[in-house]
Amino acid sequence: MTQQSRNPLAARDPGRRRVVGGLFGLGAAALAAPLLTACGGGAGADPKTVTFGSNGADATPKSAYAALTKAFGQDSGLKVKTNTVDHDTFQKSISTYLQGTPDDVFTWFAGYRMQYFAKKKLCTPLDDVWDKIGAGFSDATKQLSRGEDGKYYFVPLYNYPWAVFYRKSLFKERGYQVPQKWSEFVALAKRMKRDGLSPIASGYGGGDSWSILGAFDYLNLRTNGYDFHMSLMRGKVSWTDPRTVAALDHWRELTPYYQQGAGGRSWQDAAQSLLDKKSGMAVIGLFLGQQITDEAIRSDIDFFPFPEIDSAHGQDAVEAPTDGFMLSRRPKNADGAKKFLEFLGGAHAEELYMGVDPSNLAVNQQANTGSYNALQKKSADLIASAKHISQFADRDSDPGFISTVVLPGLTEWLGHPDDGSGTLKKIESQRSRFFTA
Amino acid sequence: MSSTPVTPAAPGTPDVPRRPRTHPPRRPRRLGPGDRLFLTVAIGIPLAALLFFVWLPALASLGLSFTTWDGIDLADIHWIGLDNYQQIFTNYPPFWPAVRHNVIWLLFTALLPTPFGIFLAYQLDRKIRFTRVYQTAIFLPMVLSLAVVGFIWEIIYNPDTGLLNGLLSAAGSSHHIDWLGNADLNLWAVLVASGWRHTGYIMILYLAGLKGFDPALKEAAALDGANGRQTFLRVVFPAMKPVNIIILVVTVMESLRAFDIVYVLGGGVGSKPGMELLSLLITDNIIGESSHIGYGSALAVVLLLVSLAAIGTFLVQTFRKEDR
Repeated sequence: MTQQSRNPLAARDPGRRRVVGGLFGLGAAALAAPLLTACGGGAGADPKTVTFGSNGADATPKSAYAALTKAFGQDSGLKVKTNTVDHDTFQKSISTYLQGTPDDVFTWFAGYRMQYFAKKKLCTPLDDVWDKIGAGFSDATKQLSRGEDGKYYFVPLYNYPWAVFYRKSLFKERGYQVPQKWSEFVALAKRMKRDGLSPIASGYGGGDSWSILGAFDYLNLRTNGYDFHMSLMRGKVSWTDPRTVAALDHWRELTPYYQQGAGGRSWQDAAQSLLDKKSGMAVIGLFLGQQITDEAIRSDIDFFPFPEIDSAHGQDAVEAPTDGFMLSRRPKNADGAKKFLEFLGGAHAEELYMGVDPSNLAVNQQANTGSYNALQKKSADLIASAKHISQFADRDSDPGFISTVVLPGLTEWLGHPDDGSGTLKKIESQRSRFFTA
Repeated sequence: MSSTPVTPAAPGTPDVPRRPRTHPPRRPRRLGPGDRLFLTVAIGIPLAALLFFVWLPALASLGLSFTTWDGIDLADIHWIGLDNYQQIFTNYPPFWPAVRHNVIWLLFTALLPTPFGIFLAYQLDRKIRFTRVYQTAIFLPMVLSLAVVGFIWEIIYNPDTGLLNGLLSAAGSSHHIDWLGNADLNLWAVLVASGWRHTGYIMILYLAGLKGFDPALKEAAALDGANGRQTFLRVVFPAMKPVNIIILVVTVMESLRAFDIVYVLGGGVGSKPGMELLSLLITDNIIGESSHIGYGSALAVVLLLVSLAAIGTFLVQTFRKEDR
């Protein structure tokens, strides 16, 4: 059973999914669901092994997770078997994965996205784990780790802020000033374009269309404030609300300064154009650092918070998604898995992780931050000073709504940023399908 | 189920019922227990598999298309009648573009790569020099896995470093063309990639047919003074009818099930603006973090009906001609 239990993961490659997702697939899924439930008991599991499903398929997170599992193995005498699956694929098949025979511990995200699976009872409450690790976390983080029923379901590992990144040397050469206000920001973009740069690095091609949400979230947070943004995300406010229209209007002001050909470019290529000084700025997360191979460039990267649009809200909200771990609903080795989660929630695990991947921030307040680089320190300050912390559109909202309605709508609009109200009307027409049922 | 296997054999073979009359006393039963067992197994298992893996899921999706369900707890299935269909036809922005793109896909594939594949096969059959090299080169994309085909075309279409933009800017203008990102362009870009693969497939099918073609017919045509075009259109093409039918079926099938290359070039995340297809909308709604099984099923039923209409028309046409 131990080896065969990997099969649900193997079923995730596009080829198989094409078959499953095809014409008759859903019937098969309906058939398979009770069968899988029936055999998910996990008898005969090895008590010395904990299985771990990871979405960290890129080189940096992969080796960082490997360092964690190795250290845990040495401490506890338990063996961690890691299943690594590509990030996008992992997310897309999470629902089927959790209903099949998932790994004991799996990587996931805080917020609404975690609460959804807690509500559907596809994961195990972790209150006993939190009794041991709780002291290390702030109240805000605790809030992020609880389901709607008040129980803990999530162990956070790191977070990272989104901001506007730039190269210090480029700003110095050209005499650019860091903008505080929206008008300064637009004026700077205009000047960059005159100087022959792509003002805002942009790549949302292929599977990277999620990356535009960073800009949308900030535009909405700055124009309308945190409360409105969260109501919009939770499906409580109309997308055709004049306030949403206003946020989109600000975006339209910015679109002429986006890097050309963005719809076919990956976010990595867009980030590279910033590192190569072909683009002036990039609205992106701190994970941009994973793209840096030359350490000299790392110290030349800096960021500023997304500029203020309405002084009533200022720059009080920061978008800082939190990633961590959850426990599947019927773990084969529950005791071992909880020990592993206790380890992952501890300060030592965070230090180990950040030692390999310096583009994230420890969430556990007891973790030693002495080895942080300048960007990490500044990021930690930014998050600490924020009045509101949002996660990310696809974590604060129904991910299905975001990926099948909002993203196609907004990416299409970015291609021809004229008829904003038409786009919002299309999005609004689908809202009730996701939020009332 | 044990009695069913016997019956299908009877209507197809007219001489079977006559046999008992010729040897009535020696064989009271037409089939012994061994034969019955064999037939039960030989027909029963495939039949059960067909029912279980094809018809049951098909009927299940038909049933689910009248419900809402998040795919997790069976108790959460709620009957909502025709709501899903009404939503899809009147208020689902990507639906009509997807239908349009499916039709474009079918027309494009039938009108360009398919005839081109036939043309290539006809040319390569004429024992020209290096014909094997050409055949291999044109068939090569069919041998590659789709993921690789996707990578190749991603490299060609990349807006910054892609081959295509490189060549175009070398020709004078340094303007970026966003092949896969521009919603007016990306469907055509994907169709070219798909046609690249399809041409080789059709070529090899047709070439196989041409290898078995009787050269005497061509000689006779030549003696009658037919030129190359006339020989092909009036002699070779009609005589290749079985292969032509296969090619038509393959083309329609490939167009209706178009999914994989769009999925790969779209970055593996379902439908993108400009590249919506029915198959992608189905997966969008069914596979994902919050699945709408009922809604996706309704879309699947629409695609099923479209496919049945295409296949049905085709079968009726073919058999009507056969009967004549």
